[in-house]
Amino acid sequence: MRTEDLIRALDADISSKAMPLRSAWWMAAAAAVVIAAVVFFLTIGPRPDIMIAMHTMRFLAKFVFTIVLAITAFGLIRALSTPGASTARAAAWMAAAPLLVAVAVALELFMVPEPMWSTRMVGSNMMICMGFIPLIGIGPLAVFLWMLRYGAPTRPVFAGAVAGLLAGGLAATFYAAHCFDDSPLFVATWYTLAIAVLAGLGALGGRFFVRW
Amino acid sequence: MSGKDEAELSRLMRAAIAGDERAYADFLHRIAALVRGFVRRKIVQGGVDPEDVVQETLLAIHVKRHTWRQDAPVLPWIYAIARFKLIDAFRRRGRRIEIEIDEIAETFAEPETETVSERDINRALDGLPPAQRSVVSAISVDGRSIGETAAKLGVSETAVRVSLHRGLAAIAKRFGRQ
Repeated sequence: MRTEDLIRALDADISSKAMPLRSAWWMAAAAAVVIAAVVFFLTIGPRPDIMIAMHTMRFLAKFVFTIVLAITAFGLIRALSTPGASTARAAAWMAAAPLLVAVAVALELFMVPEPMWSTRMVGSNMMICMGFIPLIGIGPLAVFLWMLRYGAPTRPVFAGAVAGLLAGGLAATFYAAHCFDDSPLFVATWYTLAIAVLAGLGALGGRFFVRW
Repeated sequence: MSGKDEAELSRLMRAAIAGDERAYADFLHRIAALVRGFVRRKIVQGGVDPEDVVQETLLAIHVKRHTWRQDAPVLPWIYAIARFKLIDAFRRRGRRIEIEIDEIAETFAEPETETVSERDINRALDGLPPAQRSVVSAISVDGRSIGETAAKLGVSETAVRVSLHRGLAAIAKRFGRQ
């Protein structure tokens, strides 16, 4: 087939329509939130004393970390799925969530006496945390990987990892409403590990599933 | 590339997305020429046929045109796709190392015996289900219109459009990274 022939075929297919990538990302985000919410409320659900917990800084700070992670990852993944889009600024914003966690860890170390550090870090929920963040995040991750396939990421493995961070930020936001361990020391350790699991899965998905 | 190119190409692409076939044909011809120049500059050694990369890029541009934001410049979008398809072409031919294209050009600058290979796209076309294959080749190789193809095959125009769309998407998918 000559290139001329191919152009004729492509031209004849111009009337086929596909949803613009930008709108599709918003729909995917909404679907992912619904999936995460359903899994969360069907399994562990929020902690019983959530109304009281909402008056404590440490509890609220968890949501700041996870929501900032999700929002920044959403910005980056949309740029990564568009060929030729500049990603530098969106990538720089990804530092926001780790920086916030680092500041909170520093404050916690300053306020809590040293003998209690390890208790705070180990907490009482680490296995649940390590299990449920990936469990809540796996559905959203599948949605985001499918979106990467719908888009055109020129760095599929990296984009897949960011899909994992996005799914992780979303899943951790729900999980944080369940978890009793509010210390930034716990969050910095176990949330990070659980989200890293999703990022690793996302990178694998990007490598083997996102082809175009 | 000049700002005039950019303005003209985005205008054509916007018109094409709005359904203007002539604008799209014009757009694709210009893109083919641009990408051909780009790819030929980058491929110095044998093994990868520049025209295969041109065709894969055009197909990718077509099936991924919903990823272009109409308020964004179109040339960076086109070149990003062309670069991706070029690296992919090298990779599929066994060079699995991730390297900059400029390095590829330098490292493999030694001439090799040129193999006259069949177009990759023909192989992909042969892999299609018969209904899609006959529609795609009637419109592309034989140059028939949608209506003529429908009459010749004894199916509705809608069925032809669907087969054409699915066939092109399937060919593009076969070119996806393996």
